[in-house]
Amino acid sequence: MSASPEAGVGRHSRRLGLEGTLAGLTHALDQSVFAEEVARRPGLLQGLDPRAKILATLALLITVGLSRQLPVIAGLYILALLLAAVSLIPMDFFLKRVWIFMPFFTGIIALPALFMTPGPELIALPFGWVVTRTGALTTLFLLARVSTSVSFGLLLVMTTRWNLLLKGLRVLLVPEGFILILGMTYRYLYLLLQTLEGMLLSRRSRIVGRLSRPEERRLLAASAGTLLGKSFLMSSEVYLAMQSRGFQGHTRVIDTFHMTIRDWLFLGGALAVSALAIGIGG
Amino acid sequence: MPENTPFRRVGLRLHRLPRRWLAYYAGLAAWLGTTAMHIPDGYLSPITSLVMFALVLPFWAVGLRRLRDRMDARGVPLIALMAAFSFVIMMFNVPLPGGTTGHAVGGALAAIVLGPEIACLAVSVALVIQAFFFGDGGLLAIGANSFNMAVVLPFVAFAVYQAVAGNRAIDSPRRVVAALVAGWAGLTLASLVAGVEFGVQPLLFHTASGAPLYAPYPLAVSIPAMVIPHALVASVVEGGMTAFVVAYLQRAHQPLLLFSGGAAGQGPAAGIGRLRGLWVGLAVLAVATPLGLLAPGTAWGEWSAQELTRRGLSFIPAGLRQLENLWGAPLAGYGVRTLGNAALGYLLSAALGILLVALCAWLFATLVAARRRSIGKVEE
Repeated sequence: MSASPEAGVGRHSRRLGLEGTLAGLTHALDQSVFAEEVARRPGLLQGLDPRAKILATLALLITVGLSRQLPVIAGLYILALLLAAVSLIPMDFFLKRVWIFMPFFTGIIALPALFMTPGPELIALPFGWVVTRTGALTTLFLLARVSTSVSFGLLLVMTTRWNLLLKGLRVLLVPEGFILILGMTYRYLYLLLQTLEGMLLSRRSRIVGRLSRPEERRLLAASAGTLLGKSFLMSSEVYLAMQSRGFQGHTRVIDTFHMTIRDWLFLGGALAVSALAIGIGG
Repeated sequence: MPENTPFRRVGLRLHRLPRRWLAYYAGLAAWLGTTAMHIPDGYLSPITSLVMFALVLPFWAVGLRRLRDRMDARGVPLIALMAAFSFVIMMFNVPLPGGTTGHAVGGALAAIVLGPEIACLAVSVALVIQAFFFGDGGLLAIGANSFNMAVVLPFVAFAVYQAVAGNRAIDSPRRVVAALVAGWAGLTLASLVAGVEFGVQPLLFHTASGAPLYAPYPLAVSIPAMVIPHALVASVVEGGMTAFVVAYLQRAHQPLLLFSGGAAGQGPAAGIGRLRGLWVGLAVLAVATPLGLLAPGTAWGEWSAQELTRRGLSFIPAGLRQLENLWGAPLAGYGVRTLGNAALGYLLSAALGILLVALCAWLFATLVAARRRSIGKVEE
């Protein structure tokens, strides 16, 4: 019910205000450099057509969503681990990214369900607390589903370079204009992150001691306002630059993808696994 | 302390809650309130996710149309930069009294500056990027997340901002207050909608033994669990952030506040300001809906086939009998069964109904207006 910081950005840092925001920004930049590095490794998934990967990921996510039996979801999670291994994603990173935050977020939300869901008694704890069978089942369902879904999402994102992933979205009938906007957003996102980092860093280097909380709030609000102004200005400059290069509002995404036997095999395999899983536990 | 002071009364109320859950809820509230509201995959059934996509789609279509009408190609970089800005805003750690920090969504600010339709696109793009590239929020849940944070939040915030700010001057302090209330109301309502999405899961999807398959809590738990912490923490952050930035823009970047065209009361939602009395009346009526519980019997002419028989009608057309079971309304009889509290169920049904009707009416009006404009252009 909260964020999904199972795989969140910079949420690991609970430092406050200016420092916390700066740490979060640095972490986000680090993460994207790391993701880009993994996406260039010569693993199995990295070598596949992004369209095959997107369709396969969607099929597997829907299967995880539709499964009504825990062993089926567990099997799908093992499949995700195997795919991570053959794609040369560092296993400690892959496990940590999912499981470090899971107890804190989904765990804390699911915990009361252990006791609150009516059903036959499973374990009786001291002080009259009773874990019900249905409660345990529903908690396990939630944890298994969230961790497996996050893992499959992570596999797609970590093994595909962002520009290819964006072009691949065409296969889901996403309009070309929307893909153009997504691409530009991603590009300028880093520029804005760097701009903000520069603004906050320069401010911090002129501060001796700690700011009071109201001062910090005022500083952050002013930074947000300035950033908003800068974004506006930049958008009109970008527009002028686009216009001077002949942009008239029509976009065409050039994709040079072609599906090879390997891509078809992978997509077919993923669909077969999905059909089998839904057949067993749907 | 005398027996009948307000404090004492509140104390008595709290005492009646199961005590052992109180500390837990306080902890959960503090934790939930400091995070933005991104639903990961696994909390909602794939069918719910699909329905949420269907709900968001028209807003995206209208947003793109408005973009084309008003700004032409200039809109592409504008949306991109605003989406990037919205993304960066979600990373701000806002220090709160008491030693924690919170995150804002920035949807209210985007709505005040850009207008709700374009803010909807910008926040959606930011959410898509977060889901695809940073794993924040699920891929299948993009529809639900967009509906909560890119539709409910900006549209509600914009309407509230218009209603409170009215026709005041651009540098009026009232606009800062309006921004505060707008951000608060927008995110609180968004959390209510998220609570409803979670709450219907155990109703609709469970195993044969009754174990919920997705989010486990019924509406009676999920709505307060989402709304109370958000109303106390996250929405305050959203409202505060919006107000602080609007105050800053009044000092430093006034043209930005004029951009949406709504500032001088000419915006698309200006009608809400003009019809304030009507909206207040509607709210009073909605709050009064549980009165319906007092009235016995069924509304005249709305009898079910069973009731018709009881009323002495000996012949029920076969078609009526068949059609009656064709469509099961999600809130049949305006009561939300699992809430266990009929009055609360009525209130919720009324609020949801008004929200849905208002959204549909707005969508229809926008489509008609756009059509008229394009016809006008052709005639010119």
